[in-house]
Amino acid sequence: MKNAAKKIYIALIVLFLYAPIGTLMVLSFNASKTRAKWGGFSIKWYIALFENEEILRALFNTLIIALISSLVATIIGTIACIAMTGMKRQAKSVLMGITNIPMLNADIVTGVSLMLLYISLGIRFGMGTILLSHITFNIPYVILSVMPRMKQLNPSTFEAALDLGSSHLNAFFKVVFPDLLPGILSGFLMAFTMSLDDFIITHFTKGVGVDTLSTKIYTEIKKGIKPEMYALSSLIFVTVLTLLVLINLSPDKSKKEKK
Amino acid sequence: MNKELIQLIDISKSFDGQMVLDELNLSIHENEFVTLLGPSGCGKTTTLRILGGFTSPDTGRVVFDGQDITSIPPNKRQLNTVFQKYALFTHMTIAENIAFGLKIKKKTQSYIDDKIRYALKLVNLEGYENRMPDSLSGGQQQRIAIARAIVNEPKVLLLDEPLGALDLKLRQEMQYELIRMKNELGITFVYVTHDQEEALTMSDTIVVMNQGYIQQIGSPESIYNEPENAFVADFIGDSNIIPATMIRDELVEILGTRFACVDKGFGENKPVDAVIRPEDVMLVEPDAGSINGVVTHLIFKGVHYEMEVTANGYEWLVHSTTLFPVGKEVGIQVDPFNIQIMNKPESEDEEAVAIDI
Amino acid sequence: MISKKKWLSVPYLFWSGLFIIVPLGMVVYYGLTDRTGAFTLENITAIATAGHAKALRLSLLLSFVSTVVCFLLAYPLAMILAQVQVKRHNFIILIFILPMWMNFLLRTLAWQTLLEKNGVINHVLSFLHLPALKIINTPAAIILGMVYNFLPFMILPLYNALSKIDGNVINAAHDLGAGHIYTFFRIILPLSIPGIISGITMVFIPALTTFVISSLLGGGKLLLIGDVIDLEFTKTSNWHLGSGLSMVLMIFILINMVLSAIFDKDGEGSML
Repeated sequence: MKNAAKKIYIALIVLFLYAPIGTLMVLSFNASKTRAKWGGFSIKWYIALFENEEILRALFNTLIIALISSLVATIIGTIACIAMTGMKRQAKSVLMGITNIPMLNADIVTGVSLMLLYISLGIRFGMGTILLSHITFNIPYVILSVMPRMKQLNPSTFEAALDLGSSHLNAFFKVVFPDLLPGILSGFLMAFTMSLDDFIITHFTKGVGVDTLSTKIYTEIKKGIKPEMYALSSLIFVTVLTLLVLINLSPDKSKKEKK
Repeated sequence: MNKELIQLIDISKSFDGQMVLDELNLSIHENEFVTLLGPSGCGKTTTLRILGGFTSPDTGRVVFDGQDITSIPPNKRQLNTVFQKYALFTHMTIAENIAFGLKIKKKTQSYIDDKIRYALKLVNLEGYENRMPDSLSGGQQQRIAIARAIVNEPKVLLLDEPLGALDLKLRQEMQYELIRMKNELGITFVYVTHDQEEALTMSDTIVVMNQGYIQQIGSPESIYNEPENAFVADFIGDSNIIPATMIRDELVEILGTRFACVDKGFGENKPVDAVIRPEDVMLVEPDAGSINGVVTHLIFKGVHYEMEVTANGYEWLVHSTTLFPVGKEVGIQVDPFNIQIMNKPESEDEEAVAIDI
Repeated sequence: MISKKKWLSVPYLFWSGLFIIVPLGMVVYYGLTDRTGAFTLENITAIATAGHAKALRLSLLLSFVSTVVCFLLAYPLAMILAQVQVKRHNFIILIFILPMWMNFLLRTLAWQTLLEKNGVINHVLSFLHLPALKIINTPAAIILGMVYNFLPFMILPLYNALSKIDGNVINAAHDLGAGHIYTFFRIILPLSIPGIISGITMVFIPALTTFVISSLLGGGKLLLIGDVIDLEFTKTSNWHLGSGLSMVLMIFILINMVLSAIFDKDGEGSML
């Protein structure tokens, strides 16, 4: 009885979180152009999507920004984590404090502050400014994912590798890096997700004519969203879901085989 | 023997379809120091958790002082537990930790203060009232965990590998501390450990467990000197477990040589295992003993020498204060009362268990 | 080796200096000057004018209510989830991060469809013979949008903090005679404070400063402080006023940062 209540509660929260997603998926198959009316089942928006160059361009921009910004953030963040292990307590806590600023700060303040920076430096707004901004807010996610792994790391393994004649760089990539990898990967994924979902910071740092999916949707909201957008979002979501299910199933299998 | 305080009757428990305890029966007496001893996964901790009320058995009953307490929650039981890794409340001071149970029982502040002082004195940590648990060493935290439990004046104290996280020296110190505390408090201790030395040092009664079954119950002396099966013999201390044949009562053939022994009732010409402790193997001049052999290994262990002697194709483990150098031919002699005869394991399963350890 | 390690921190030091510290300095500079570059406090005191003060009050109210609702929804959920086996840990985190892969604006927009007078929810309600819900274009709809968008940021830190509590600590409380309610208030709740503080910060600040949710679900008539700042930057191009108002918001953010620094020293309440 108690267990049933718990399960119902979890189900209700998950329903709350996923109901809008379900709604959008249903709308993507709606033959009618307005959201208010169900005009029968149709896949015409999926076909229209691949002919809509504006949306495809925004998608391309979104993915390229997410990919590059999370990659750069992962590299800078991981190097920063390694550097921090060699630091004194105080220096380390100052740096961690700075790292926390973009996490705790309001997106709107981060957005306008970066906008003011680019204006004063005379940088032209465009893909470049979006990239710089995304890298900035992505680094903390990487650091916060890698740091716990770094703390668990046994320093002796690195020293053992050196002792066995390995060079510093070689010892790092052969011994330390594999241990950090799960943290690095989850940091990368987190950064990628955050970049993909960001609207506010992109809104303030993008140039005229450059759009990501978020800002494209924002301008469309005023004119009326094109249903192709629902089709695209549904496609992205289902792709990610499938990938994650596959990834989550595979390690389980290997565990069972070992037994 | 004091009167029975706790009875576990036909207790079975499985997790995810895996049997952890199989129809376990156990009686614990008043004022007894009982140790549940066995390798990890033997069911000892599960047994303790069932006693404490944190796990309920699938079948069977727990009787405490004549009353069935199987379905009574832990907060209503007259037992207290000292947990693995202490489980102190890290957001409270030492005094608040110790007072926790007393405040729930609505004791007066002066009573609580007295109890805190008494408990801290008992565990040799006077003056630590206002410290936080994190600022204490492992050994000190363990003492606080004990103090927190005993101020509630339980009839039984359950201890789940309480010394597991401490280093050897501290562990030995705490063993004596625990014995002292038990004598001072005059209550029953049920102690779980996988450390046979700890069990032998502290217990009145040892319950050796493996794979959900009780292998043997007895005093430390009887468990050590008269193991009932190969598992117990092997788990408690070093021993020579040698395949043998029981010729008739009080005569056993070990590796082709006949030895006099004191065991009876195994039948005639029956395959058995003979257990001989290394300190019971006496080395003499060649031909002066029952079998001749050659010393193959020698290590100085401080109190004694540890040697391996090959004789009749078996490597005998020998502890002796007399040195016999490697390569020397020796004779082996064993007193009849030092040979312990055990039945061969009946199933392959049991055999596997014995070898696995 | 140590000296080499120090050099490794240079890229990040440079980056965080240029893209975190300097920009914040710019906000302060713009906030404290007028168009001629002369020092002024007017941009900050502008918060007291009727329109701005009203927007700030509404923002504070709505974000406070949303934070409380998020906490009340998330805490029981996190407690239930914390009892699940550790190996499911990643899967649980995934469930709550996954919705972010559907664009946040679209998801919020979908609530319009769900909440509309003839929307899905009212169809379900009328089918069950329950009174219709009329919250679209009201503050209640904005709160719903905030709760919807920020709930995962409350769930994850709470879940993280609660699953770190040693099960034996709770057992110990029961063992010493505490009932479930007493154990909750004396043991579980105090031990989860890092997660609570982190969750509150992660919900309250975004809710206080959001500017899209209000225009999507509030019908565009209800201005939040975030909307005002957005307008100053993107429409009227009064960066000085926008910066001044941002500085007012930064006061609340600072309070939050100090709180989390005090209660969550070891980062125990972090999201991951």
